[in-house]
Amino acid sequence: MTTVVAPLGDVARPAAVLPGFRFELAKLLSQWRIRVVLLVCWLAPAGFVAVVSRQSSLPTDTVFGRWMLATGWAGSLVVLAFACSWALPLLTSLVAGDVFAAEDRLGTWRHLLVAVRSPRRIFLSKALASLTLIVLMLAGLAVSSIVGGLAAVGSHSLVGLDGHLLPTGTAARTVVLAWLCVLAPTLAFAAVGLLGSVVLGRSPMGLLVPAVLALGMDLVLMLPVPVAVRLALPSNAFLAWRGLFTDPGQTGPLVVGIVVSLAWAAVATALAYLLFLRRDFTDLAYDGAGRRALLVAALPLATLVAVTVGVVSLSTPARGSGIEKDKLDASLGTAFAHLYRLQTEELHRPAVTEAQLSAKADCDKGGTRVDDHGAGNDWRCVVSWRLPGSTAVGAAIYQLDVTADGRYVADGDGPKEVNGYFQVRTPHGDAPNPLWQLDGSVDLLHHS
Amino acid sequence: MERTPAVRARGISKSFGDVLALDGVDLDVPEGQVHGLVGPNGAGKTTLLGLLLGLAVADSGTLEILGTPVGRVLAVPEGVAGFVDGPGLYPSLTARQNLAALATLRRFGPDRAREVDEALASVGLSDVADDRVRGFSLGMRQRLGLAAALITRPRVLVLDEPANGLDPAGKHHVHGVIRRLADDGVAIVLSSHRMDDLAALCSEVTILATGRVVFAGPVAKLASESGDLDYRVLTSDPATAREVATATPGLRLVTADGLQRRSEALVVRGAVQALDELVVRLVGAGVAVRELAPVVTPLEAAFLALTGIDPARDAGREEVG
Repeated sequence: MTTVVAPLGDVARPAAVLPGFRFELAKLLSQWRIRVVLLVCWLAPAGFVAVVSRQSSLPTDTVFGRWMLATGWAGSLVVLAFACSWALPLLTSLVAGDVFAAEDRLGTWRHLLVAVRSPRRIFLSKALASLTLIVLMLAGLAVSSIVGGLAAVGSHSLVGLDGHLLPTGTAARTVVLAWLCVLAPTLAFAAVGLLGSVVLGRSPMGLLVPAVLALGMDLVLMLPVPVAVRLALPSNAFLAWRGLFTDPGQTGPLVVGIVVSLAWAAVATALAYLLFLRRDFTDLAYDGAGRRALLVAALPLATLVAVTVGVVSLSTPARGSGIEKDKLDASLGTAFAHLYRLQTEELHRPAVTEAQLSAKADCDKGGTRVDDHGAGNDWRCVVSWRLPGSTAVGAAIYQLDVTADGRYVADGDGPKEVNGYFQVRTPHGDAPNPLWQLDGSVDLLHHS
Repeated sequence: MERTPAVRARGISKSFGDVLALDGVDLDVPEGQVHGLVGPNGAGKTTLLGLLLGLAVADSGTLEILGTPVGRVLAVPEGVAGFVDGPGLYPSLTARQNLAALATLRRFGPDRAREVDEALASVGLSDVADDRVRGFSLGMRQRLGLAAALITRPRVLVLDEPANGLDPAGKHHVHGVIRRLADDGVAIVLSSHRMDDLAALCSEVTILATGRVVFAGPVAKLASESGDLDYRVLTSDPATAREVATATPGLRLVTADGLQRRSEALVVRGAVQALDELVVRLVGAGVAVRELAPVVTPLEAAFLALTGIDPARDAGREEVG
């Protein structure tokens, strides 16, 4: 090869960000596990939704699961709920949690530094490449699940979490918005993945940081912790999108969740950046996992949680668990009225409006010895309503299982012709009874 | 005519915490020279190579590369390339992809595909250009690392153990590439533990020991620093040969904890004149000399002497007579 003589004297310029970004993306996509996961994200949800939507047994434990036979949009929301529980934290672990550690394992830092000549640009390229891949995976989950649902069931109105009907256009927009909302906590966990990858180096613990953090936060969210603590965790935004499916929307927890998630993303990324720039790349023995580095990474995030708890406590009406009798009464009464209308349409009975029904719920937790607030499966509610032209008051009983995040499943306990049986007899045959079991959600931030 | 110095270091010192890795090191490498850097493990070779590549900056002293003072990390001039502690390749990418990415990062123009092909051909890897590096042998990786350095069209090339893992043919190929680059005016600094590689490639060497330069100069001069060498003598009559060697002036018998008494070979230490005398005496005593060779090469002996390593002590040998 003929050697072309380079000009004397000029200090080499750092590589541009765009080629660095492309290189990082190429490195990530050249890993078979990344390619497989990307493929799974774009194909598996469609298959899952299409198959489940044709079965009589539906994933009713998952929010919107009971509506998968009714509309294709419900399948995407089931996938979204599942992704928020496990898939998204794991995806961030797989991509962002390994993006720096991989160079440690391969011993390529010096090579990369000599080629790029700027740790800042290396960080930027790696962060952008990870982000791009994670967004691609998230987009795959969303698009695939929507396509699968629409292909298998079709685009029909979606029953919201308070029983109101979302017309197809609104359902489509809201489903897409829900997927966009979980981008914020996904970014937060991706940033934590970057931080773990920088701090823990070649240690496999770096890869697990986002998944372990998500698991820990999920455990906290399952406990009856105060609302302020719940809202201070980025994991909360993985649940708060449900508030988009009530009327009016429960946007308070969603907005707080997005802001908290973005704050986590900013702080964790800044920490990762600073720690990366301070790293001594000439030290071959460096494996990152120093006690000091761990403290430097963990303390600011713990401080962020503490500050957020304080801010949420002072700036919102949130108190205690956020689950109170008045909220449940209102939520269940509203949901019952909406779904009663749906049942009326199914049975071809004379139409009624929610106002005419004036359904009211009266809930009680655990009898007289237990205070009527907080999560638990010992809520018992009696719903009463009136029909136009009738003086009689209808009454139905529900057993409620209320989880600490404000979601509840109400299980109808009679009378049989209203909510005591899982099917109703329509002129066209048996159909699912919308009042038998219903999902609902109380706004934890709403002041009753 | 004096050639322009491509690398000029004066009084370079570098510490890592309490460890002094380099202590007042000077280095001069003119254009077109292949300069060897040797030293025992921990001598500071990797640190010095890292400074030349801009991976670290010296605590004190001055370093100029291609006429540009290097005062901060990653601020070496354009035209410096190489690798330290292995070639740094991505196993999930092909050889071509590894080089193409590097060419893109270094802002190559539209001809980069041709340059990649040329670089691969120059190290004999054209046939495996589209194979993933995961399946490459150590020697192939070394050659690809060299190609990665070549593709940046270097004027200063820094190579850490470039012949590591190469078979004889691969080594011959790489040596040829290095010589051609030097002929084209590229200054090459290479570290190696193999003195035969250095003897074959380098015109000058710098020997480091515990962060200090203990020798700097032409390879021929280094050989003269070796002092008395150990020689292995294989004869037809070891017992008589041993008596003759003991009686030869200027020669000392080196024994290995009694093992030599059972061995057919003698190991003796002395100047060349004393060895000549030994051969004459052996022949005179009717003992045939079947082999006479230095236990280590003169360069290796000089290296061991300069770095304070005593191979006789390390091998459990002692001098007698």
